[in-house]
Amino acid sequence: MNPTAHAILVFLQTWWVELVCGVVIVAVVPLIAGYVVLVERKLMADMQARLGPMRVGPHGLLQPIADAVKLLIKEDIIPDQSDKLIFWLAPVISMVAALTSMGAIAFGPTFQVARDINIGILFVLGVSSLGFLGIILGGWASNSHYSIIGALRSTAQLVSYETAAGLAIVSALLLSGTLRISAIVEAQQQAGVWFIFLAPVAAFIYLVASIAETNRAPFDLPEAESELVAGYMTEYSGFRWALYFLGEYANMIVVGSVATTLFLGGWLRPFPNVHWLAWLDWLPALIIALIGVYSIHRAGKQPVKVQTGFMWAVGLACFAVAVIFAVPWFVAPLKVIIPGLNGAFWFLLKVSAYIYVFMWLRFTLPRYRFDQLMHLGWYILIPLAIVNVFSVGIAMLLETEFGVTRWLALLLTTIVTLAAAILLVRWHDKRTESASSASLAPESYAG
Amino acid sequence: MLDSVLFYFFGGVAVVGAALMVTSRNAIHSAVFLITTLLATAGIFLQLGAEFLFIAQVILYVGGIMVLFIFVIMLVRLDVALHHIRFRMKSLVVMTVFGVLAAEAGAIIYYARALPGQGLFIQNMAPADKLAPNSEKLAESLFNSYLLPFEIASVLLLVAMVGAVVMAKSKNRTEES
Amino acid sequence: MGPQHPSTHGVLRVKLKLDGERVRGTECVIGYLHRGVEKIAENRSYQQFAPYVDRMDYVAAVSNGLGYCEAVEKLLNVEAPPRARVIRTILAELQRIASHLVWLGTNALDIGALTPLFYCMREREEILKIFEKYCGARLTTHAFRIGGLQYESYDGFEQDVERFCLDFEHRIQDYVDLLTGNSIWIGRTRNVGMLKAADCIALGASGPILRAAGVKWDLRKAQPYAAYEQYKFEIPVGSNGDTYDRYMVRIEEMRQSRLICLQAIEKIPEGPIMGKVGKVIKPSAGEIYHSIEAPKGILGYYIVSDGGTQPYRVRVRPPSFVNLQALDKMVRGHLVADVVAIIGTLDIVLGEVDR
Repeated sequence: MNPTAHAILVFLQTWWVELVCGVVIVAVVPLIAGYVVLVERKLMADMQARLGPMRVGPHGLLQPIADAVKLLIKEDIIPDQSDKLIFWLAPVISMVAALTSMGAIAFGPTFQVARDINIGILFVLGVSSLGFLGIILGGWASNSHYSIIGALRSTAQLVSYETAAGLAIVSALLLSGTLRISAIVEAQQQAGVWFIFLAPVAAFIYLVASIAETNRAPFDLPEAESELVAGYMTEYSGFRWALYFLGEYANMIVVGSVATTLFLGGWLRPFPNVHWLAWLDWLPALIIALIGVYSIHRAGKQPVKVQTGFMWAVGLACFAVAVIFAVPWFVAPLKVIIPGLNGAFWFLLKVSAYIYVFMWLRFTLPRYRFDQLMHLGWYILIPLAIVNVFSVGIAMLLETEFGVTRWLALLLTTIVTLAAAILLVRWHDKRTESASSASLAPESYAG
Repeated sequence: MLDSVLFYFFGGVAVVGAALMVTSRNAIHSAVFLITTLLATAGIFLQLGAEFLFIAQVILYVGGIMVLFIFVIMLVRLDVALHHIRFRMKSLVVMTVFGVLAAEAGAIIYYARALPGQGLFIQNMAPADKLAPNSEKLAESLFNSYLLPFEIASVLLLVAMVGAVVMAKSKNRTEES
Repeated sequence: MGPQHPSTHGVLRVKLKLDGERVRGTECVIGYLHRGVEKIAENRSYQQFAPYVDRMDYVAAVSNGLGYCEAVEKLLNVEAPPRARVIRTILAELQRIASHLVWLGTNALDIGALTPLFYCMREREEILKIFEKYCGARLTTHAFRIGGLQYESYDGFEQDVERFCLDFEHRIQDYVDLLTGNSIWIGRTRNVGMLKAADCIALGASGPILRAAGVKWDLRKAQPYAAYEQYKFEIPVGSNGDTYDRYMVRIEEMRQSRLICLQAIEKIPEGPIMGKVGKVIKPSAGEIYHSIEAPKGILGYYIVSDGGTQPYRVRVRPPSFVNLQALDKMVRGHLVADVVAIIGTLDIVLGEVDR
């Protein structure tokens, strides 16, 4: 056969796993982001003593589909004097950046598009920061003062907290010694404990910084507060807005995945090195089966027949998935997929827990004012992150040079960092107290 | 084969992006085309196995410098500045530069075919996983052989940051700094 | 900040003079909800006008009705019987709790806390259910009549109120847990929108705004009306006059209202519910000014009678209208994001401001 066809075949043979993973990411993640929106609405309703979307589909499960259809058939309004190319391009950049950065994330030991790229975590960080361009260009293309101001504010916030996030990641990277994602997870397996226990301050800084990165409450002033500035998304309607919105939720998934990889042990099960806990490997199948049992248990208590049928369907689906998880244990040739399957389960569970914390914080805390937000980022978070990098470095030094055991060194330095944190917060509070009681108004922010 | 295709793809995008950037009338469009050129260059780096350079290009050039460029373009009124440009020999300069570049490109293509083993299509490239890990090698040389220049560069960056903050603040603040 | 704005609590237009992000001055444009209520009063009989009064401060309709009925009773020189007075007090205090719940929910929502709104609405539902069982309406209740009450309290009224009040203590604790110690909340409200005591008195601000500035002035204690002198309750007073103090004052007022209700339902006196008022209300010529402590401040009615069945002039002194004048002073020097918090803390209802 001619060389081109041969080349294509060779390409497909070597890279088919990555291709499939890539296609799955591009096709499935927007849908998943839509369902994350539904989960957030249901969770918000649950925390607010109400039910959430219930009409569209059983228990509102078809709500994202209905929203997508509505947004697709909406009139595409483009502001008159706006820059058409940039107006079209901005949401695309946002979404593409989020999806591409997912390419380097390992959702399990086998599911990764950019297999074992040398610079794993840095790739994710760098490409997801391309999303800022989408925000700036979107604000510009809307041809409205308030959009530009909102876009600039949003970008300023993102850039400040990106620094803090990067420094927090550096601490975790010091512990693992490499940028490769699979090597980071293996380092956690060898250490026997997740890095969140070894560098808790870094994990906390990353949590706060990632909330600000994704423009979530309590840092969502640029997009939620409708004082005068309605944000860079104002002039976008229909599916363009949906692209921005889905890009934001995809970003949440990316940020959750990075935190899971670095701090929560990636695809490892809890206590990955403890051998007598190996029965925990059965947990995925067990958990899903338990959900199925609970579902069927509640089926009898539903008021309406349709709901009963629905709960039975959910229960049976859970059992089917549990069977899929359990079957490879018994069928010998399928045993190779166990680590991949289980790993994906644990990874997704941890990312979901992280996103749950995001949502929980959104419904509980009020919003920071923009200058308070920048104060928090520059005066508290970045200094704390720098101190944390120093302390983790000193801990590593103690371990290699003086032979102190790793966890003891880290414990000591974590205490020092926490002390520094408390001092920082005290100093910051005293400063804002004196500044605001001295004058009638709080001091202005930089930028 | 795949490598050649990728190379020509990235190279083509880079050249087209650069051409569009130079010829576009709208400043923001130019900035966006420059971004495509930079990303294409980064792709070439990635293809050569220099992953760290690739991500450094993306983070620093595209994510930092281009964002800065775009801020400046947005916040400065360029149409006022453009009216003051009175350079008259534009077309002559353009044609000279274009001629020189075309001659260079032609010479490269012509002479490259004569070199043994080289040509327009690269047959056997070294596979990426046989190369030494990029970031580790870079870190080793930075912190061992080139430590002094590295530290000087860091101090320079720090001075630049402090200077930028001072310059930005001195406009607004009187005594409250 | 245009008349259509989710955070101005009604159709209020605020022209902000800005210097960058700082507010240098404001100008309120009101009147978008003006319905000519005071003019309508001149063409209705005294009883016919009573439902119109509810529509002014539609969030606290019972208080409006209480003020009006008591004002006309003062004009007629008639007293409502003790049973009517006690039931009026209970309903007015429940209405105070409901009004403060609306304020708390919407103010928290403006500052970004999404959840307290739904918790407050849940509690308010219970109060509105009690109102509905009592007089058939939830919002614009027209609960009182001139001279007393029309409806006897229903069977189970005391139990409903008691059950609500006993439950409410935990609920208040919910809000306090969510907001009071929260450093973001404190950062958004402390030292924001300061209005000191001298300024309050000069501007005529009343209600929680005055009390948060440190002035212990509450008409329920200073000039008692209805059945307030029978009950023991505290007047919460702040010290700083900022938004945080106004928040604390209102939370504490909810607690005190709950205590008043609990004391009142223990002993509702028996007796008639309507005083000696004829079918046709025709007060002799004269004028009267009567004010009560509505949830938002001092609500006053100035009624001039010319001896006929329709009042000659009804002038309402709405608390929100007078309090809104303080907005300019409170907002100067703050950032735009604070304007929303400050408008919220004034607790204005445009129906009252514009009438």
